[in-house]
Amino acid sequence: MRMLINTPETVVADALRGMAVAHPELRVDVENRVVVRRDAPVAGKVGIVSGGGSGHEPLHGGFVGPGMLTAACPGAVFTSPVPDQMVRAALAADSGEGVLFIVKNYTGDVLNFDMAAELAEEEGVRLAKVLVDDDVAVTDSLFTAGRRGTGATLFVEKIAGAAAEAGAPLEEVAAVARRVNESSRSFGVALSSVTTPAKGTPNFDLPDGELELGIGIHGEPGRERRPMMTSREIADVALTAVVEDRPPTGPVLVLVNGMGATPLLELYGFAAEVGRGLAERGIEAARTLVGNYVTSLDMAGCSVTLCQVDEESLRLWDAPVQTAALRWGR
Amino acid sequence: MLDADFFRRWLIACAALVDRDAARLTELDSAIGDADHGSNLQRGFTAVAAALEKEPPPTPGAVLTLAGRLLISTVGGASGPLYGTLLRRTGKTLGDAAEVTPARLAEALRAGVTAVAELGGARPGDKTMLDALEPAVEALGSADAPFAAAREAAERGALATVPMRARKGRASYLGERSIGHQDPGAASSALIVGALAEVAAG
Repeated sequence: MRMLINTPETVVADALRGMAVAHPELRVDVENRVVVRRDAPVAGKVGIVSGGGSGHEPLHGGFVGPGMLTAACPGAVFTSPVPDQMVRAALAADSGEGVLFIVKNYTGDVLNFDMAAELAEEEGVRLAKVLVDDDVAVTDSLFTAGRRGTGATLFVEKIAGAAAEAGAPLEEVAAVARRVNESSRSFGVALSSVTTPAKGTPNFDLPDGELELGIGIHGEPGRERRPMMTSREIADVALTAVVEDRPPTGPVLVLVNGMGATPLLELYGFAAEVGRGLAERGIEAARTLVGNYVTSLDMAGCSVTLCQVDEESLRLWDAPVQTAALRWGR
Repeated sequence: MLDADFFRRWLIACAALVDRDAARLTELDSAIGDADHGSNLQRGFTAVAAALEKEPPPTPGAVLTLAGRLLISTVGGASGPLYGTLLRRTGKTLGDAAEVTPARLAEALRAGVTAVAELGGARPGDKTMLDALEPAVEALGSADAPFAAAREAAERGALATVPMRARKGRASYLGERSIGHQDPGAASSALIVGALAEVAAG
């Protein structure tokens, strides 16, 4: 497997050095692995901190900036960051108004953020936490670690970030974030396996002519393998899974997300099928975002996330955002 | 009696065994996880060994507590907090005694394993590190040749995870498809117990 890297051990640090080169509006601490808005802490505003394993770029570092995250901490590839990074990020983000941790529901992330929350509170930071667990492919929550956090993370970070930017207090920002998570569902599909720099060979074997349904974002194999389907068929499988789990009763935000190695040409074609499928089901797409946002290294494939919105969350979604990967308004 | 140097040698032996078996652990993890268990533990135990070679703490408890803190600060994922908690709780239970008996170590490890179970919410049979640690601690507390018995029990426990269906951690997402693979956490736990037996045998 050919990769554009120096060594597997330096992949994350090298990427952070690149972030620093490309984004002078961020403070990138390569040594301690923390990315912070240059103007943080922002007086009078709640700080928003997230983090997780690397390999999902632009999540989370690409979402640091006005209107979204105050700080992010990247772990090793597919590995939760450590509490030290999270505490550092919380201290950098805290203006005195408190900090919200946005945590994807994986055992490692939850354990490390819990430890970090305790340590940061000892340092005097007021903390709230929201868990993102939107992946409907995990059906058997009683006998698993629970539903995984995937595409909805983008919605939670954007909308909570907008609420914080608007000056909402910590409790309210946390409540908005929880509501977004509860209103979101995702389903993902892999057309290829994924290769981590440390291993150097594909994580699972996906034969030609097959696809994997219900994958997560770490190259963990999915729950079911089927003969290859068309874009239209995949859209229907994904939408059915998402809509059956939580039938929308109002307009939705739609994220048509690429896993990293699927060309935008294919992804836009898939977005058309998702749009068709929503229209056929009588669901109004208030906004549709298409692109590679919550990725899985070099995996080909896609995921669909629907998030039902009311007027307030739609207004927060539309509010200006200035980050490396998401920017609109001003 | 076991002194601080014994514990220092144990952890350095852990680093060597993890180093030797890193590729195997990552391979096990790629079957039912995300292919990084070996490299993550390698990073952690390398940091532990370096710190203990530079400035070893004076008591068994302090050696374990320092090692646990370093694992939490360097490993990440679930294994960082879990192994970190195992060593920290064991170390704290040993207090500031300059030397401890094997029986006392067995007691303290029991407290450490209980803390791991509480933190991770897992039970034996869930296909996790507990499936190697529980029988190892049991053997350590009762057998005639406690260290060798603990190693054997941990290795047997790790192999016994093969037919289990994972109910915790990332492997749990696979449901039935997790059956037939050894749990990488149980495998690394067996290595750590193996290192203990190796150092005890001299």
